[in-house]
Amino acid sequence: MNFVFERFLGGRSGAWAIGLLALLILVILPLALDLFRLNLVGKYLTYAFAAVSLVLLWGYGGILSLGQGIFFGLGGYAMAMFLKLEASDPESTSIQTTPGIPDFMDWNQLYELPWFWVPFESFTFTLIAILVVPAVFAFIIGYSMFKRRVGGVYFAIITQVIAVILTVLIVGQQGYTGGINGITDLRTLNGWDIRTDEAKYLLYFLNAILLLGVIMLGKFILTSKFGQLLLAMKDKEDRVRFSGYDVSNFKIFIFCVSAVIAAIGGAMFTLQVGFMSPSFVGIVPSIEMVIFAAVGGRMSLIGVVYGTLLVNAGKTAFSETFPELWLFLMGGLFIAVVMFFPNGLAGIWNKYAPKVPFLRPLCTSSKKVTHQPESEPVASEPTTEGAKS
Amino acid sequence: MTTTTDFLLAIEDLTVSFDGFKAVDTLTMYIDKNELRVIIGPNGAGKTTLLDLICGKTKASSGSIQFKNTEMTKQAEHQIVRAGIGRKFQTPSIYENLTVYQNLEVSYPEGRGVFGSLFFKTTEAVTKRVNEVAKEIQLDTMLDTEAAILSHGQKQWLEIGMLLMQDPELLMLDEPVAGMSAKERDETAELLNRICENRSVIVIEHDMEFVKKIARKVTVLHQGKILAEGPMDKVQADEKVIEVYLGH
Repeated sequence: MNFVFERFLGGRSGAWAIGLLALLILVILPLALDLFRLNLVGKYLTYAFAAVSLVLLWGYGGILSLGQGIFFGLGGYAMAMFLKLEASDPESTSIQTTPGIPDFMDWNQLYELPWFWVPFESFTFTLIAILVVPAVFAFIIGYSMFKRRVGGVYFAIITQVIAVILTVLIVGQQGYTGGINGITDLRTLNGWDIRTDEAKYLLYFLNAILLLGVIMLGKFILTSKFGQLLLAMKDKEDRVRFSGYDVSNFKIFIFCVSAVIAAIGGAMFTLQVGFMSPSFVGIVPSIEMVIFAAVGGRMSLIGVVYGTLLVNAGKTAFSETFPELWLFLMGGLFIAVVMFFPNGLAGIWNKYAPKVPFLRPLCTSSKKVTHQPESEPVASEPTTEGAKS
Repeated sequence: MTTTTDFLLAIEDLTVSFDGFKAVDTLTMYIDKNELRVIIGPNGAGKTTLLDLICGKTKASSGSIQFKNTEMTKQAEHQIVRAGIGRKFQTPSIYENLTVYQNLEVSYPEGRGVFGSLFFKTTEAVTKRVNEVAKEIQLDTMLDTEAAILSHGQKQWLEIGMLLMQDPELLMLDEPVAGMSAKERDETAELLNRICENRSVIVIEHDMEFVKKIARKVTVLHQGKILAEGPMDKVQADEKVIEVYLGH
């Protein structure tokens, strides 16, 4: 029990923070918002998966991926393929040349279901694919780059290029992917209509609970020795390597984990929004995900959820009034955050919240374990005189 | 060419060339078990490159490095470390954003795989080892201090401590007292004399006063080759050595 408390929740302050977030997204928002707005929040929370994945990968691992949209998209498309096949039963597609295949295939002169679509008729396969396909894809990218010690800005650029390639591929192969419009007109999940109000509520809660679960998984990783090694690698990669660790394996693993987390978000996006398109795969969404993480605080699994919610709420509010200005504003926001608040909202919280008495129990203490011998007074500095001479 | 020996480390005909420049040139050198060897030489003599070759940071062009009669030149860095070779870098390489305790704990040679590290538990053995090492490097009262705010000398000791956590059979130190105060140098000399009791140590050093305090056998490198080898006083009296190095 203590193990669960320390490792999955992150101790007392971590448990408070997760509890507050759960209260907000499971109780307050559903009570305060109408279904339309709640569905929007649900959509934002699917982006929060990508932001959480970036905390692990970028915040702690120091590996900036500008291609989390790839994995968000892979998860989303896998789910969309299943839903589309279910929506394309022979009866509802009877006016097509080939009934029983998705409508966009029929429009593009395809006369049978492509081989890679066939397994997506199974819901079990789809669920596995949502987790496994992004992991395998990330493994291939990660293996071929980290084993060759490609990192830093090169990694960022290559992931971005892969995001572009994938978008171009999806748009270009219209008959197989639905092209620029994406996979639309999704209706039921195993016969359960996902467009009803009741379904929207249920999916919202499923999504919120999954997000909390993913955050706890993240806590588990970060509170382990693995988490310390990530920080160590970010700081002095060679020292870790020459301490007997195969650094590339650690990077590949965290990249795969982050891919799977983003993919879960993508799948939940498809379920809640009811379609998937290449505009959630390419450069713009990938960079937006990085901005969500930066604004929320890239070192905070929970901060990025607030960051995602705030930026998206801002985006919705502003783009309703000044659609052209929003992108500039977002760019400016990103620059401002990086320059003035490198640790984002979480950084501001950690700096100012401890000064407010009733917020103190919620604050992350800077030192969680004390190894200091009891007799020793703090701030003694033995043998350091003349260190600078 | 490769032979079975009693030496802990047997370097034979080792050469590395960077675009034709031979930083280490057909070098042959043996290190005994429990030996403390000091390598000196002018700038660019190939001292650091030699350590890079032994620990796998640089790959040899030709020649062999045998550690306990196992060829090391083809092995990956982490495998060389796991075989028992630890290396301290010239500038202190510690994890600034971790505490002293965490720096040492992370260096504990267990849970080195991805899944091993996820499920690694800090047992009493780990805590005990961290405390022992911390005492050895005189940082036992600063376990919760963030490593970034340690003094330069303490950072150097911490890195040595991180290597001691792994209990390597061969410890390689690249200019361990550079930038230290006189007092810290003395303490480092004592530390080295203590820790070389049950392991072999290779030290690269410029500071001759320090070398005299610790050296038993000295190797002088010059232009990638061994110029002289032997006890400190003999090496100091060697005319070739005086000419290229000590005389300056």
